Amino acid sequence: MAGERRWVGAPVPRKEDAALLTGNARFIDDLEPVAGLRHAAILRSPHAHARIKRIDVARAAALPGVYGVFTGADVAGLINPIPSAVRAPIRNYPIAVDKVRYMGEPVAVAVALDRYIAEDAIDLIAVDYETLTPIVDPEAAMAKDSPLVHEEVGSNVVHRRGFRYGDPESAFAEADLVLALRSKYPRYSSTPMETYGVIANFERQPERYTIWANFQGPFILHALMSASLKLPGNRVRIITPPASGGSFGIKQAVYGYMVLLAAVSRLAGAPVKWIEDRLEHLMGSSCAADRADRIEAAFKKDGELTGLRFMNLVNVGAFVRAPEPASVYRMQASANGCYRVKNIFIENVLAVTNQLPVGLNRGYGGPQFYFALERMMDLAARKLGLDIAEIRRRNFIRAEEFPYHAPAGSHYDSGDYHAGLAECLRLADYDSLKRARDEARAAGKLFGIGMAAGVEPSGSNMAYVTLAQTPDERAKAGAKSGALAVATISIDPSGAVTVRTASTPNGQGHATVAAQIVADALGIDFKDVSVVTEIDTLTSAWSLASGNYANRFASIVVTAIAEASRRVAEKIRVIAADQLEVAPEDVELVGGNARVVGVPEKSLPIRRVATQAHWHPAGLPEGVSPGIYETAIFSPPSLGAPDASERVASSLTYGYVIDLAAVEIDRETGRIEVKKYVSVHDVGTVLNPLVVEGQIYGGFAHGIGAAFLEEMVYDANGSFQSGTFADYLCVTAPEMPKLIVGHIMTPSPTNPLGSKGMGDGSSMLTPAVIGNAVSDALGIEDLTLPLTLNKTWDLANGREHHRATVARPRVGAAEPGIGAGALTGSGTVELTAPPAEIFQLLLDPTFLAAVVPGCRELTLIGPDRYVAEVTIGVAGIKGVYSATMEIRDKRAPESLRLVGRAQGALGSGSGEGRVRLAPSATGGTVLHYDYAADVGGKIAAVGSRMIGSVARVLIGQFFRGLDRKLAAGKESGDDATSSQRSFLARIFGGDKK
Amino acid sequence: MLRRKPGEKHRIELTVNGRRMAGHAEPRMLLVDFLRHELRLYGTHVGCEHGVCGACTVIIDGRATRSCVRYAVQCDGAEIRTVEGLAAGEDLNALQQAFSRHAALQCGFCTAGILMSVTQFLAETPRPTEAQVRDMLSGHICRCTGYEGMVRAILEVAHSSAEA
Ligand code: FES
Ligand code: FES
Repeated sequence: MAGERRWVGAPVPRKEDAALLTGNARFIDDLEPVAGLRHAAILRSPHAHARIKRIDVARAAALPGVYGVFTGADVAGLINPIPSAVRAPIRNYPIAVDKVRYMGEPVAVAVALDRYIAEDAIDLIAVDYETLTPIVDPEAAMAKDSPLVHEEVGSNVVHRRGFRYGDPESAFAEADLVLALRSKYPRYSSTPMETYGVIANFERQPERYTIWANFQGPFILHALMSASLKLPGNRVRIITPPASGGSFGIKQAVYGYMVLLAAVSRLAGAPVKWIEDRLEHLMGSSCAADRADRIEAAFKKDGELTGLRFMNLVNVGAFVRAPEPASVYRMQASANGCYRVKNIFIENVLAVTNQLPVGLNRGYGGPQFYFALERMMDLAARKLGLDIAEIRRRNFIRAEEFPYHAPAGSHYDSGDYHAGLAECLRLADYDSLKRARDEARAAGKLFGIGMAAGVEPSGSNMAYVTLAQTPDERAKAGAKSGALAVATISIDPSGAVTVRTASTPNGQGHATVAAQIVADALGIDFKDVSVVTEIDTLTSAWSLASGNYANRFASIVVTAIAEASRRVAEKIRVIAADQLEVAPEDVELVGGNARVVGVPEKSLPIRRVATQAHWHPAGLPEGVSPGIYETAIFSPPSLGAPDASERVASSLTYGYVIDLAAVEIDRETGRIEVKKYVSVHDVGTVLNPLVVEGQIYGGFAHGIGAAFLEEMVYDANGSFQSGTFADYLCVTAPEMPKLIVGHIMTPSPTNPLGSKGMGDGSSMLTPAVIGNAVSDALGIEDLTLPLTLNKTWDLANGREHHRATVARPRVGAAEPGIGAGALTGSGTVELTAPPAEIFQLLLDPTFLAAVVPGCRELTLIGPDRYVAEVTIGVAGIKGVYSATMEIRDKRAPESLRLVGRAQGALGSGSGEGRVRLAPSATGGTVLHYDYAADVGGKIAAVGSRMIGSVARVLIGQFFRGLDRKLAAGKESGDDATSSQRSFLARIFGGDKK
Repeated sequence: MLRRKPGEKHRIELTVNGRRMAGHAEPRMLLVDFLRHELRLYGTHVGCEHGVCGACTVIIDGRATRSCVRYAVQCDGAEIRTVEGLAAGEDLNALQQAFSRHAALQCGFCTAGILMSVTQFLAETPRPTEAQVRDMLSGHICRCTGYEGMVRAILEVAHSSAEA
C-alpha cells in the first residue's frame, strides 16, 4: 500500500523558492531559445472605434535596424480568424484589419534588431483613421439605434440565452417577499506582475511554428491557434517557460498574441520576441468583464429562499474571445450558492462594446455572482428582521445532504456549512461585534457588519461552456465534456524520480505539492523528487484541459499524480516482491526502501529495485514491462455533457468560504476601516498549509483591491484612462486589513487525497462581504465597486457620486468630441489692448504661430482654417501633434468659436472653445473663455490625471504670450515645451526615448 | 554635467555585486535593460517600467533605487547590488530563507526588488515595527501573496538578528 502521509499535509517550504530568491528562475523575458532573435513592438489604436483608411509604413521600414513592419492586412493574408465559442459572424483577428474596435488594439507590428529601435519604428508609422462613434456602455449598446461594433452581426447583442430550473414562476407567485437588486460590477484585472511575453519562430520544410509564451492554458486554445495558423497541431509547437510571473487567469488571453507573433515571424523570416509593457498590458491584454446584472429573490416570511432570478448583462468588449462567454456560465450550475433553493431562472446576455475584450480573471464569474447573491441575502435579512447569520443558517444545505445535487446540475461533493458558519461567528466573536456596532452607532458613528458565504467550484468541466449553445447546436457540434488531467512519473536509469504535471503554474507551488504526493506514495524523500510543470506540446503528455485555471490542480491534477504514483509504486513492489520472495501485497515502501511488512530487516533500496527495470529487464518478474515511465490520464467520470434540461456538473469539487467583516466609515474622509475580517475555508484535505495560506491571503488581497481600488476606466469616448500602476491602483502592504483565517475540513470524496481546489475563494467573496458591511453602515443598498475614498465620502455624506474623469455617455452623437468632453474648463483674463485689436490678432496666423504654445508651424488652409504642428508634453510624454483648427461664429469684436482636432503618435484630441471679449474699465479687454475637449490615446491612458492641469498651464502660457506680444512687441520666447520636471514627468519618460 | 550624444553607445564601467563589469549603452538605455540585456543579469525584473511597482529595485551606492527610472549612463562608476549577490555561495541568506519559510513569495516575479529594498531597509532600520515594515513595502506591488508572509519574514529576520 501507499506509505503513510509524511509529506502531504506538512508545511513543506517550496521547491520553487531557491531559484526565485536568488534570481536564477527563468521567465519568458530571460529566454533566448533560438539564435538570431529579433524584437517586436506593436503600434496600437489610439481610438476606441475608427476605420483604418491608410497605413503608411515606409518611413518606419526604412529606419536602420528595422527588418519589417507588418499590418493587419499582411497578417490576415496569412491566417484565419481565431474561432470563437459564440456563433456570430465576428472575424476575430489578433490585429485590426479594417476597423479598430478598442483603444489599444494592435494595428501594426515593427520587427527590429532591438526593442528600442522597434519602438522608434512604430512612432514613424502613419495611420489615417476615420473616427466612428464609440460604443462604451453595454446597456446603451443594446439600444436598437446604437452604432455597431461589428456591422456584420447587425446588433451589439451577440448572445442571449435563458434557463429555467425548477419552477421559479410559482416560487415568485407564492412568495411572502420579493426583492430586487441591481448589481453592477466594474471592469478590473488581476494584473500579474509579469506581463505577456511571446517568442515565435517559423520554420520551413516542413512548415512549423514554435511558440514560447507564458501561456497558462487551457490547452483547448492550442486547437484554436492551429486552426488560425492553418497548420495541424503537431506543427504548432507551444512551449511554456520554467517560471511564470503570476497570471490569475489573465495570461490565458496571451494566445491572440501568440498567433500574431507567429504570423509576424513568418512574415519577417526570423524568430521574433515580444515582451508586453505595462501600458500595453493594462489597455491591451485582458480583464474581467464588467457586468450590469439584476437579481430578484423570493422569500418566505421565515427567511426561506424559494426562488432566484438572475438577469446577467456582460460587457465582453470588442470581441468574444474563447473561452468567453464562459465567465457568465461558470457559476450557473451552482447558482443556488450554499443554499437549498430549487427554483432558479437565469438569463445571460452578452453585449459587445468598444473596449478591451475580456477573459479569465481570478474567480472567473464568481465575484460578480456573489456580489449579487450575497448582497441579496443580507438585504433580505434586514427586510425580514432576521440576523444575517440566521438567514443563512436557515437556508444552508445541511451536512447530511451531501453529496448534494444542485438544481442546475452541480454535484456538491462534501461540506458542512453550518459548522463553517459557527466557526466564523466564533472567530469573529460575533455577539460582541454586534454590541460594538450598537455602541458605535449610539455614538453617531457609521459602523456596519456584513457577511457572505459561497461555494468555490473547482476543476471545470469543459462542458459547461457549451451551455452557451442551444441543445440543437450542441447536438450538431457533438457532445463535449470532461476535464482531462495528465501526469507522468518516471524513474530513470540512475534511480532518480521525475514528475511531469503539464499544469503550467504561475506561482502556485505545483512542483512542491506534486513532490509531496509522490514522495508519500513511493516512500521516498521529498527532496529526491524533481518536478517539471511546464508544457512542450511536442514532447509532454497533455490534453485540452491542461493548464492552470479554475483551481484544477488540487481538485483534478492531483488525481492524475496519485494514479501515476500508484502505478509506479505497484511496479516497484512487484519487482521487490520477486527479489524478496514474498507477495507484492506484503511489500511496503518506506524511507526509501521496499521492505516486507512486519519484517523490516528484509528490505531493498527502492533505487536499486527501480533501476533493475532499466539495467536488467530480462530479470524482471513475468508480466512486468521494462523501464519505469507511467503516464496517467484522468477525467472525472461524473463530469458529463449538459442534460436535456440544461443541467451540467460544471466542476468537480466545491470547497466553500464563509466570511464576515465589520467596517467603520469616517464621514470626514470617506475612509473605510476594516475593523475585523474573518474568513473560514473548507478546502478538504490541506495538502500544504503554507501553500493554502498563501492562496487565501493572495485571494483576499485581490478581493480587497476589487472592493476598494481597482477599476479599468474608460471615458465616454472609450478612451482608456488607467494605463499605469499610478492610475490602476493595486493593493499594497499598508492597505491590507488583518485577516483571521479559520478552517473546516470535510475531505472530498472525488479524489484519493480528499483535497478540493482552492485559491479563488477569497477573491470571490471579499467584495461581497465588504459591500454588505458598507451597506449596513450606510443604510444604502445600491452600491458599486470600487468603494474609493471619493465615492464613499459622497455616499456617507448623502451626495451623488460622479467620477471626475468620466463625462456622460454620448452614444449616437454626430461626431465624438465636439460639443462636450471629458476635459472642460473656463477662465477670465485681463489684457491691456482693446477688444478690437485682440480680435484681429486672434485671426492672424503669424501672430498665432508665435504665441500658441509649442507651435512649430501654422499654415492657413482656407478662410479661418489652419493646420498646425504643435509639440505638447503631458506627464513627461512629449509628442508632436498635427492639428486642424477652424474659427467659427465670428462676431467682431465680441466673440468667436474655435473648433479643432489634433492627432499624433501619442494620441488624439478634439474639442472646442469659446472666447468672449469685453472692454475693461482701464481701456483693455476682459477675455472670457471656456472649452470642452476629449483626449484619447496613450496620453489619455497614462496622463489622464494630469491633462487638466496641463491644459490650464498651456492656456495660461497662451494668454501670457498674447499679452507680452501686445505690450512691447517683444519676442515671445516663452516656448511651452518647457516641460514639467516633476517626479512623474521623469518616470513616465519610459517610452525608451 | 557630462553631455552624452544620443544614438551613440558609451562605455560604462561599474561594480556589480563586488565584481568589476563593463558594457555599452546608448544614453537612453535604462539601467534595468543594461543589467539584464547587456550584463545578462536576469534576476532583476521589470514589472511596470514607470517607477511604481518596485520590481526592478537594486541597490545603487547604498540606496535602494528603481532601475527602470535610471539610465545606465548615469551609473558609470557606481557600485550596484542585485539579487544575484545576496546568497552566500550556494546557501540562501537569512532573509531569503525566511521568505521561503513564511511563504513570502509565490510567482517570485516581484521578489528580487523586494529583497533588495528589505536588505537596505534592515541595514538602516534594524528593529522595525510592523507598521514601518508595511510602510517600506508600500513601494512594491506583489499581486500573489497579500504581503502577509513577507511582513512575518522580515520581522522574524529583524528580531533574530537583533537578538544575535
Ligand atoms: S519596473 Fe521599475 S518600478 Fe516597476
Ligand atoms: S510573488 Fe508574485 S507578484 Fe509577488
